[in-house]
Amino acid sequence: MATTTIDPDTAPAGVETARKLGLLPEEFERIQVILGRTPNFNELSIYSAMWSEHCSYKNSIRLLKTLPRTGPKLLAEAGQENAGLVDIGDGWACAFKIESHNHPSAIEPYQGAATGVGGINRDIFTMGARPIAQLNSLRFGDIATEARSRWHMRGVVKGIGDYGNAFGVPVLGGEVYFDPCYTTNPLVNAMSVGIVRTDRVISATSHGAGNPVFIVGSATGKDGIHGASFASKDITESSMEDLPAVQVGDPFMEKLLLEASLELAGTDAIIGMQDMGAAGITCSTSEMSAKGGTGMDIHLDRVPTRQDGMRAWEILLSESQERMLVVVKKGREAEVKAIFDKWDLNCVEIGTVTEAAPMPGASAGKGGMLRYFMHGRVVATMPAESLVLGGGAPVYERAVKEPAYFAENRRFNGAEVPEPDDLRAVAYDLLASPNIASKRWVYEQYDTMVRTNNMSTNAPSDAGLVLLRDTGRALAVTVDCNGRYVHADPRKGTMIAVCEAARNIACSGGDPCGVTNCLNFGNPYDPEVYWQFSEAIAGMGEACRALGTPVTGGNVSFYNQTVNADSTVPVFPTPTIGMVGVLNDAGKRMGLGFRSKGELIYLLGRSTDDIACSEYLVRHHGIRRSPAPYFDLEEETRLHTMLLMLIRSGVLSAAHDVSDGGLWVTLVEMGLVNGLGFDIVTDSEVRADAFLFGEGQGRAVVAVNEDQENAFLDLMRASRVPFILLGHVTKAKLVVDDQPFGTIADARKAYEEAIPAIMRRP
Amino acid sequence: MKCGVVIFPGSNCDEDMVQVLEAQGGGPVERLWHKEHDLRGCDLVVLPGGFSYGDYLRSGAIARFSPILQEVAAHAERGGLVLGVCNGFQVLCEAGLLPGALLHNGGQRFICRNVHITPATKRTALTSAIARKVLTIPIAHGEGRYHIDAAGLKRLKDGDQVLFRYCDAEGNVHEEANPNGSMDHIAGVCNEGRNVFGMMPHPERAADALLGNTDGMALFTGLLKAVAV
Repeated sequence: MATTTIDPDTAPAGVETARKLGLLPEEFERIQVILGRTPNFNELSIYSAMWSEHCSYKNSIRLLKTLPRTGPKLLAEAGQENAGLVDIGDGWACAFKIESHNHPSAIEPYQGAATGVGGINRDIFTMGARPIAQLNSLRFGDIATEARSRWHMRGVVKGIGDYGNAFGVPVLGGEVYFDPCYTTNPLVNAMSVGIVRTDRVISATSHGAGNPVFIVGSATGKDGIHGASFASKDITESSMEDLPAVQVGDPFMEKLLLEASLELAGTDAIIGMQDMGAAGITCSTSEMSAKGGTGMDIHLDRVPTRQDGMRAWEILLSESQERMLVVVKKGREAEVKAIFDKWDLNCVEIGTVTEAAPMPGASAGKGGMLRYFMHGRVVATMPAESLVLGGGAPVYERAVKEPAYFAENRRFNGAEVPEPDDLRAVAYDLLASPNIASKRWVYEQYDTMVRTNNMSTNAPSDAGLVLLRDTGRALAVTVDCNGRYVHADPRKGTMIAVCEAARNIACSGGDPCGVTNCLNFGNPYDPEVYWQFSEAIAGMGEACRALGTPVTGGNVSFYNQTVNADSTVPVFPTPTIGMVGVLNDAGKRMGLGFRSKGELIYLLGRSTDDIACSEYLVRHHGIRRSPAPYFDLEEETRLHTMLLMLIRSGVLSAAHDVSDGGLWVTLVEMGLVNGLGFDIVTDSEVRADAFLFGEGQGRAVVAVNEDQENAFLDLMRASRVPFILLGHVTKAKLVVDDQPFGTIADARKAYEEAIPAIMRRP
Repeated sequence: MKCGVVIFPGSNCDEDMVQVLEAQGGGPVERLWHKEHDLRGCDLVVLPGGFSYGDYLRSGAIARFSPILQEVAAHAERGGLVLGVCNGFQVLCEAGLLPGALLHNGGQRFICRNVHITPATKRTALTSAIARKVLTIPIAHGEGRYHIDAAGLKRLKDGDQVLFRYCDAEGNVHEEANPNGSMDHIAGVCNEGRNVFGMMPHPERAADALLGNTDGMALFTGLLKAVAV
């Protein structure tokens, strides 16, 4: 160096600097104890990122550990690898995970959503698994009234499409909901599902002192610096100032990384690999080292950068996309470089694995030391273990307080809600509600057919069905969460989300085998939000245990709320459930569409007078305070078992679960597939509006061909699942209690035209 | 008879095409890497869908300069069969092996859906085995609006070079059935020599009973028959 001035980034830094970086005073003290000295700015920046909510799960991990995380088919438990890993038979495993990109999408919808897709797919293929299906779960404000929400939706959908379409993985499913609570802070949750031979799984670990460490993929720029910290605070009026914390995506680079990674997985030349997401080089070097119990020397000046003069902490914290860290077996470097050369990818050695050695003077010296160098000088050093979740990262338990609205919801009395005079008008209005209406405007912008494995294109099913051509099996994949239910009753609402996911998989003919979750909540320091969180986790645990579906991993996104001048508005607590199921015989899949006129239509499950929390109650009656709808966990699991038995016995021609919009919407959706109608009678024991539009849980509609009716009835009578005959499939007419409800073409018009009409507005 | 599928780094329908060609009896299929200068004796060369080199500039604009494409052009010049689907069609137009160009969709959005197309000529290997008037074949593109100048369009029509047009379920060709605003509703064309074919719809996505659509099979039947001779 030409000058001898002291680098301010390596001079001791104080508690005030720590505070500005988002660290609490007690966290600063903890760092001093760990290091046995005062940290410098680089080190504080590292701790700030790694101990942010986003990386450390410090306010959630204690509760997350109460979820069921083991099962006979689990090959990797939650938190062990980049994503969960489930045995799906014949020597294959399924890697899957869901992740949020809410905060970036709130201020830059296109790049925010695109990089969300990129990040979640990297989690999958760095394990050596080829992504074969993507799903997404989106929440926006009211697009009918808010231009900002339409801007969010246009940008997010285009971002997901442009990235995923180029990357070449089909979108197999998703959900989109609208509510004013998401106006400032939309939710963008992306899920990826991959498959890998069980003997080719790449681990996110590092060991073997002397092994070289490589960075591959894109050059490192100043984008996304402090992204993890940004994701760990409230969205406010000044959030646009955080725009540089949003990353920019390059799907072509991602595609190259994918193919190169999978070629690497076919060799035994590497020790481990991890993608660089939140907190970039810092996070990948510390997590891999902590996992392997070793250290690392990293030379930051060797990292290819997009601009000159980047400071050490900028290189350490950059969240430039499409980069990975690879630990290579010494002596095998040429083999690895040849693969990256083939795909024209940067592949630069930036350091080496070091022995585990306690740090002099440090109190927490377990495992290895991380040493980051700039031009030969150490600019930051700390024990790897001290940075990570499960190691030195802080763990907090927050105060809880039941919100006042919860008791208010229970005072709701459905009997006081008048029945509408014109059920037909309500029925058609519901079909045009953006929450119910066709999401074709959204999903036609995604490539849903690339890789030629989507079995649901030409025969839609409740869950997306992915053909595994090599084994004749199929995967059933779904994402589900009705945030309104969860808000009304976080425990019951989350149980419903888990059960709806499982019901969708059962209706498609699959056995649910594992869950990934994306927990979107408000500020955890708000006791009412934390109450919602703790209740939701309790409900999720109970439902997952009942269904035998362990939680394999996921993501927590707090601070999803809008801070206005005079109020704080949290989003609905939205614990999105991603679920994967297996069909051992792809040919035994079930679709949701009526197939021919004359089929008999049966309703399975209990009908109740319940209209609580329904789209009907909110949209038609304007009532937003009510408890979660009717739900019984035991009835629910019995229904799933029954559905699978019926499907495997071959007595059904269609199965579709009853969910948002109630029975009416279920029947219309079954008719739309092949342009068929239905003629049904309601149950005189149940009020007609509740029967048609109520969202009581634990129900499914099935279609039975006349020649299968006896076999169907024999199976049903031997079960404890209640059922009634609703009517039959017609050529086109819709008839309810002998009253004409138009034709399936009329219903299609209302259902299909609603969202495109809204989105034509500026 | 030998079939090859070109693989650019951003191709993403390459394995789908290989799988279908092999399932239709055209295998084992050669995978032709973009950096190579050798078609390994393939009689039929297919350029698959995807985003060849990222396509940030313009779809297919860089691919035309790739080593393998020089060989594909020479193969076409010799009368060898070439099929480009989606991005492959874009590349063939950029390379001047097919007339016309593919612009951003009329609606400015990527569209993935099943569409109906009707064959406009029987006099090509690709369309010779199609017995039906209407096929249901999916599209998946952001830049699929076929464009050509008036003189070029006249030459195409006079030369019977239009392969497919977008249509409705009954086979009627009209504006509402045209998903991307393509000129004259054109979904696919061939060259004057009738050995180079390009189409935006993906027949390889409609060639498996397990996926519920086999309408694309007839195209492969015709092609494979032509190279088997």
